[in-house]
Amino acid sequence: MINPYLIHLLIFVGIYIILVVSLNLALGYTGLLNLGHVAFFGIGAYTSALLVKAGVPFITAFFSSGIVAGIFGYLLVLATKKLKGDYLALTTLGFSYVVYSVLINWGSLTRGPLGLPGIPKPELFGYVITSGEAYLLFAGFIALLVVLFIFFIIQSPFGRLLEATRDDELGLRVLGKNTFALKCKAMMISAFFAGIAGSVYAHYITYIDPGSFMLGEIILMLTIVIVGGIASLKGSVVATFLIILIPELLRFFHLPSSVLGPVRQMLYALILISIVLFRPRGLFGRIDLA
Amino acid sequence: MMRITKVHKNFGGVAALAGCSLMVDSGKITALIGPNGSGKTTLFNVISGIVPIDKGTISFQGKDVTRKPDYLIARQGISRTFQQVRLFKNLSIHDHVAIALSTNDETLLRNFFRTRKDQPKRIKQVLELVGLDKPPQTYASDLSYGQRKLLDLAVAIAKPHSLLMLDEPVAGVNPKLRQQIKGIIRALAAKGDTILLIEHDMNFVMDLADKVYVLDAGTIIAEGLPRQIQDNEKVLEAYLGD
Repeated sequence: MINPYLIHLLIFVGIYIILVVSLNLALGYTGLLNLGHVAFFGIGAYTSALLVKAGVPFITAFFSSGIVAGIFGYLLVLATKKLKGDYLALTTLGFSYVVYSVLINWGSLTRGPLGLPGIPKPELFGYVITSGEAYLLFAGFIALLVVLFIFFIIQSPFGRLLEATRDDELGLRVLGKNTFALKCKAMMISAFFAGIAGSVYAHYITYIDPGSFMLGEIILMLTIVIVGGIASLKGSVVATFLIILIPELLRFFHLPSSVLGPVRQMLYALILISIVLFRPRGLFGRIDLA
Repeated sequence: MMRITKVHKNFGGVAALAGCSLMVDSGKITALIGPNGSGKTTLFNVISGIVPIDKGTISFQGKDVTRKPDYLIARQGISRTFQQVRLFKNLSIHDHVAIALSTNDETLLRNFFRTRKDQPKRIKQVLELVGLDKPPQTYASDLSYGQRKLLDLAVAIAKPHSLLMLDEPVAGVNPKLRQQIKGIIRALAAKGDTILLIEHDMNFVMDLADKVYVLDAGTIIAEGLPRQIQDNEKVLEAYLGD
């Protein structure tokens, strides 16, 4: 019998693996410095929760969460077509704030800061996933599928084009490749899976509010990507385990809860600074942070 | 093959191209020479659609390509290199040539279960043609300057094309490599490739070109056979001053 708390942590590892490998597809492999990933996570979570609460079957809501997030991914690339690097990062961060503001202020739909309680557990083929173990299997299975999907993409000639877009967009365009279409596809796939992660999260936690999809989450995702290595699928998976599980060791120090949170943040910062200083390509990366 | 008619391009108050006109004939090596800042690279950039032109027309194989997006112009059959080598630094030699060769790699579904180890024979042929004898899995960032020049050339050659535009292919390379690149260009021309070439090395140009255009202050000031250009007064004045 696995400890329920460990199951809870591993479910979070699964959700973050989906988030981080999909972020790495856009950021690491395609070079889109996207800080709006957390907004896709939120869009997916709210889409799935609202649809299921409205009586839509879970499986439909689950895929809808990815599709709606993917559509927003396309719109974001369209709006930021001429932006790169820092400018793209700032604009996509702005997008996160816009989505947050909409979730806060569209009270009639989202209940604003009160959030959405009572989100039903997923029901698949007549079976309701209620136990922690079953949910771990579900989240782990989805995470595995997403990792495999992105693995096939990056191993393919299409993935090679994404990497070339990151390295030299103009150099690729003069070879006759439509880099804008490539960036659209990469962002839509990335956003789709962030939306899927949102659905897995919402139906596990059963309560979501706009505060769950803010700056702190994107910092955590970026930390994992950087620690694992830019454009490294293996790095993203290993780093997710490390970054989610290592701070849990603090529990053995019996720190007061008012101290535990800040110490956890300091630990993330320490890991990040150490990586940047001593292993700038991350644990398994081949691409420099610059 | 290509006709450029009265092309104008201004950058702010500077006229980089001022009514530039020229023709590139099929199966020939056409050279474009001129002093620094005369507009040679700008002309390459407007032909390939990287820089939009202000006035004028460019037609390629009878089709108007003026103001078309750069990637569509490339798909019409124009391949080029840059003065500063542009490579995908985190990709291998194999990947570079494979990208250039491939015309159906932009569709995800069609490529999902394919691996990157495609077209090995064709890639080997191209690398042999340019004489790049590094292992195909070597990353571009691990190559020397000369090897990068060769890879850049290999990519431009591998891309399906009717016109190959080379921007200073031997700039900054040693005499041995210069001869090697000259040999490659000769071999391409012998196969019937159409080449438009920018180069500062006059001996290199005079040895290779079938026709030479001289650009100064964004305008063609002379055109003709290499030996005619060598003795042209306007050309000497443009290069050496009054």
